[in-house]
Amino acid sequence: MNAEMNHAETPAAGAQVLLRALKEQGVEVIFGYPGGAVLPIYDALFQQNAIRHILVRHEQAAVHAAEGYARSTGKVGCVLVTSGPGATNAVTGLVDALMDSIPLVCLTGQVPTHLIGNDAFQEADTVGITRPATKHNYLVKRSEDLARVVHEAFYVARSGRPGPVVIDLPKDILIKPAPYVEATREPHRSYRPQTEPDAAQIDRAVALIQHSRRPILYTGGGIINAGPEASALLRELVAETGIPCTNTLMGLGALPASDPHFLGMLGMHGTYEANMAMHGCDVMINIGARFDDRVTGRLNAFSPHSKKIHADIDASNINKVVTVDVPILGDAGLILRALLERIRSLNAQPDRASITAWWRQIDSWREKRSLAFVQPDAPGSIIKPQHAVRRLFELTRQSGRETFITTEVGQHQMWAAQHFGFERPNHWMTSGGLGTMGYGLPAAMGVQVAKPDALVIDIAGEASILMNIQEMGTLAQYRLPVKVFILNNQYMGMVRQWQELLHGSRYSESYSEALPDFVKLAESFHGVGMRATSVDDLDRVILEMLKCDRAVIADIAVDQGENVYPMIPSGAAHNEMLLGPDRHHNNTEVTNAGMVLV
Amino acid sequence: MSDTTNGQRTATISVLVDNEAGVLARVIGLFSGRGYNIDSLTVAPVDADLSRSRITVVTRGTDLVIEQIKAQLGRLVPIHKIADLSADGPHVARELGLIKVIARGEPRVEALRIADAFRAKIVDTTIESFVFELTGASEKIDAFIDLMRPLGTTEISRSGVAAIARGTRTII
Repeated sequence: MNAEMNHAETPAAGAQVLLRALKEQGVEVIFGYPGGAVLPIYDALFQQNAIRHILVRHEQAAVHAAEGYARSTGKVGCVLVTSGPGATNAVTGLVDALMDSIPLVCLTGQVPTHLIGNDAFQEADTVGITRPATKHNYLVKRSEDLARVVHEAFYVARSGRPGPVVIDLPKDILIKPAPYVEATREPHRSYRPQTEPDAAQIDRAVALIQHSRRPILYTGGGIINAGPEASALLRELVAETGIPCTNTLMGLGALPASDPHFLGMLGMHGTYEANMAMHGCDVMINIGARFDDRVTGRLNAFSPHSKKIHADIDASNINKVVTVDVPILGDAGLILRALLERIRSLNAQPDRASITAWWRQIDSWREKRSLAFVQPDAPGSIIKPQHAVRRLFELTRQSGRETFITTEVGQHQMWAAQHFGFERPNHWMTSGGLGTMGYGLPAAMGVQVAKPDALVIDIAGEASILMNIQEMGTLAQYRLPVKVFILNNQYMGMVRQWQELLHGSRYSESYSEALPDFVKLAESFHGVGMRATSVDDLDRVILEMLKCDRAVIADIAVDQGENVYPMIPSGAAHNEMLLGPDRHHNNTEVTNAGMVLV
Repeated sequence: MSDTTNGQRTATISVLVDNEAGVLARVIGLFSGRGYNIDSLTVAPVDADLSRSRITVVTRGTDLVIEQIKAQLGRLVPIHKIADLSADGPHVARELGLIKVIARGEPRVEALRIADAFRAKIVDTTIESFVFELTGASEKIDAFIDLMRPLGTTEISRSGVAAIARGTRTII
């Protein structure tokens, strides 16, 4: 009692109050990098053991690591960087988290309040720069606001559509005493996301589903963000109704890849059956996806004959790109529960005979085997990248270990999405919206921190991996046994592919000249390097990699000319896919309108 | 009121926000970042304790774009209420203009006559200049300025539109 009163009389320094608030918010790990403006926080961290700090080698990597941590645990990731360059380096990671709706709180140091605006050393207008890069941001100018702002920031980051939140902390605020307040249970004064769906909209959706003959579930990252229960409910809904289901890149794992109702990923590099089913459906049930341009193809030809249901936590996603018939605002899990209960109570399953006929149609599309590839098996044959991913998938599955996959961005990312089967949510981390090269290694690092005993593999390209290669040092320091599996085709493969298909095979600046020796590189960072140059080496290298209890770079030399298929060319529709170099479904020419699309 | 060229209409959107640093930048940044128009913008605190401000934005777009603007505004954390006054029912929209006219002789007299017709107030005068204060719909101020311009050197300062619903409807 007395101690408490004393505590109230002599409040702790801001930095201590900050850590106390982080602890109250359940923070166990911070990914960060010190600097002048945040020294008081580092001093406070030094004097406690409750919160662990992981020292990264670049601030962008701190944010991606926190993303990996958040996506594998469902918790809010926490980042700590200094003012000026610390904050600006973090911006790419923040936008990445914003685009993929990943909950983060990023603490940035700031020059003392009396110097703000004076172009002080390592000063940047962090709240100005990060305003469009975050869900929300704060500059704490008064000590009495500090604890409240931290609690509010975590609430904003994790509630509604999750996202990154920045708290900019002037150095004097960290040093001066600050009062502590606990998190309030009061509703926020202005921010109140709607999570509970409207019953009338659920009824309208159920009526559409009941009378559908060719329905499809198109689900995205919203289901992953709604927690594992939402994925379980999706499985129930699919089993209850027999409706085929496709996932976006962000939504992989919501339905097990082995489920016969799973059509694979849809969109630009999705499966033929998923895209044809989207094109031919009569009722589309979009849950937690946002009609991204990678998914829809040419908009005026997008699923022309369907009634569309769109369930989303963010009202601004509804009718943004595609006009829908039944919008449902709310949490994906609560919406799935409501749909399932209503369908069961009304016996509103779609007509079995229609669904069976629809599946016959889908099976005929499946027979195209749009993900097929030919791996020559003669000794010394060059490895097809698809084969490398398939073998990685099969050998990790045989190992029986819990496996998390992250990726960089490009061809390897698409091959990973197509050929690695994800059975559970939260085990697949990729930069979907922003497409950030250099994401995979730090993200894997964050996953491994959260899941020390799991197998964490970054499926990488040789170009992307170099964008955050310095994090090999972090892996060494914390003995994080992340596996980097490089599909090395010595090209920025996706750039090369587009140059081949759209720019007359003029490979402008897309050749990976002067690559490092990745085996030696791994060794120089105290890791283990391995190499496979032909199909004969592949399984042995993968098995060795899986056995190794240290960080590994496995450099897999793959076919340089391989392209990602199937593909919806820019400006084409779902039913105008290219199935492969020799298997053009339609002779689709890319139009000028298509050329301008990214 | 609402012109509907190319399916576009003018919308007068009122937003109640926390009166805190940076909130206006969030709103403006949203409009510029997503490519929406701002025809006019006003902001001032409106609560007795100055805790909240009201921003009025006049913008243009198709119905879908206007809905999108409202939904995007709704994502901003410090925003309390959003109303599309032009869609929600009758409303009053007023703007204040300060118009300086520098002229001598007959044009000066003509300026006075026009001001009288518009019931503009003279708030400052010298031998060769007037400052007129005029309140009304934006179109009225446009018309007044059009008549004044030929009379001499003119300088214009306009407040942008402040708007409120007619009757008992509020967004407090």
